[in-house]
Amino acid sequence: MKIVVAIKQVPERDAPVHIAADGRWIDESDLNYTINEPDAYALEEALQLKEKGGDGEVVVVCAGPDRVQSTLREALAKGADRAIHIECDDLGSRDTLGIARILAEAIKEEAPDLILTGLQSDDLGLGQTGVVLAELLGIPHATIIMQVELLGSGLKVKRELEDGWFQHVEMPLPALLTIQSGGNKLRYATLMGIKKAKSKEMKTVAAFPATAAPAVELERVFLPEKQKKTEMFTGSPAEIAAKIVEKLKFEVRVL
Amino acid sequence: MSGVLVMMEQRNGAWNRMSFEALAAGQQLAEHLGTECSAVVVGRNSGSLSQELASKKLKKVYAIDHELLASYTADGYLAALEQFVKQEAPDYVLFPHTYRVRDFAPALATRFSQVLISDVITIRYGSGSTGSPMFVRQLLQGKLNADYRHTSQGPCFVSVQAGTFRSDAVQEGTASVETFTPQLLPDQIRSKPGEPFRESSQSVDLSSAPLIVSVGRGIGEQDSLSLVEELAQALGAELAASRPICDNGWLPMERQVGSSGQTVSPKLYVAVGISGAIQHLVGMKGSKAVLAINKDENAPIFEIADYGVVGDLFEIVPELTKAVLAAKG
Repeated sequence: MKIVVAIKQVPERDAPVHIAADGRWIDESDLNYTINEPDAYALEEALQLKEKGGDGEVVVVCAGPDRVQSTLREALAKGADRAIHIECDDLGSRDTLGIARILAEAIKEEAPDLILTGLQSDDLGLGQTGVVLAELLGIPHATIIMQVELLGSGLKVKRELEDGWFQHVEMPLPALLTIQSGGNKLRYATLMGIKKAKSKEMKTVAAFPATAAPAVELERVFLPEKQKKTEMFTGSPAEIAAKIVEKLKFEVRVL
Repeated sequence: MSGVLVMMEQRNGAWNRMSFEALAAGQQLAEHLGTECSAVVVGRNSGSLSQELASKKLKKVYAIDHELLASYTADGYLAALEQFVKQEAPDYVLFPHTYRVRDFAPALATRFSQVLISDVITIRYGSGSTGSPMFVRQLLQGKLNADYRHTSQGPCFVSVQAGTFRSDAVQEGTASVETFTPQLLPDQIRSKPGEPFRESSQSVDLSSAPLIVSVGRGIGEQDSLSLVEELAQALGAELAASRPICDNGWLPMERQVGSSGQTVSPKLYVAVGISGAIQHLVGMKGSKAVLAINKDENAPIFEIADYGVVGDLFEIVPELTKAVLAAKG
């Protein structure tokens, strides 16, 4: 079974948020990057499926500038067999459809049985790339998946619904799943894995050129306005605690 | 038809209440654009639901009815809605940003060479009649907002975040109901959905808890949870968590607050080391009072907190526990 995992490199969670000069994104000069967390769960699911099946191949794919190779290398160190870097310096000017197109072009040639990706990205949070990719490839999909079980020529997945509800869905292969965090425990790369990763294949391919103007555009980013007036407490920890207790007693009235 | 179309979500004849928030958004959008709003409900024999919509201020109510739409499948919904949107050609299609919408709406937009503007928190309108509306959505887990604009020909697809618009703002009126029967064949539907279920272990009901102490990523490691447990105990509060804590298995999933966990509205919600990603906020923003303790002053949790402390939770939480115990005598 050949599994392709589409991953994204995103700024680390506690990255400083300074708006860039063009007002359309944050200043990237001080940023550290990492794998998008839901994509890490997608990779984990792929590795476990391969281990359970006893054979097969896990190929990781990532679009972006040269820096994304570090994230791909990390995925190889965790156990992926091969990596494909789709060279693309203008991700920010492409919309979801444009990005799904370049992924589709690169993945089509691999003809995988299964494509996994995280349910959304930690930076843009659109939560759409996987679904659009499945649509472009003409294969069935399911989203927000907690568990994957192979059933002969198809799959049985556990899909998360709202408010603690779940649902099983069966579908034929090839298929695409977007993976929710928490279905598995993430592994760390071992020293042996890191060493092995150095000799694994990392292919660089050119991004499919943009064929259409974006359908939607991000015009401007800005810091959110506060919705509530927050009373902030300062002082030593003991002073802060005393002030909070005061409020809990006389304003919130829970003490 | 031009104008605005709102897709209302139902399951087995019961509304997903977020649909009415999307409907309020659709009516407002139509008013600003000087056009009319219609609504559509997809399913099997959803007659009573469409009748309910006939008493709203709408141009028309459409019931997309087919036996293959009795339960939700992406393939069924996509085929039916593609045919319907092609026929009616609305300028805007609004959805509630539900799990189901996340499953099919991006692909529906793709069929029209469009991109869904997902999880919108505000719609802003220009002053003149020329400016197209600006859709505001969150980036970087709520640390940043962004203006998105629809820049192409064809319908503009938008999903609306829970709690953004008020369902009680839906305007009453009268509308006629029309049935649309899509062309669907059984072999078009590739997936087989099972009945929704709940895990049997669901035994903690946080929704009625008057006091909740909730813990997030900032706690760092499992061994430190005891700090927060002690505070919860001192207050007589239920212990809860944001998703990453439950993902790590440090607390059971049934203690999770947020879009995939429980929705709570206690008198007091203490958020310890929780940054406040939107998936968490939608589960607790109905709390009467929110106290947030976080080391990052830009954490979005402070946008909705009544009381805030920017600082080290490992210093503040034990002091707070002590002070609460002292106050209780």
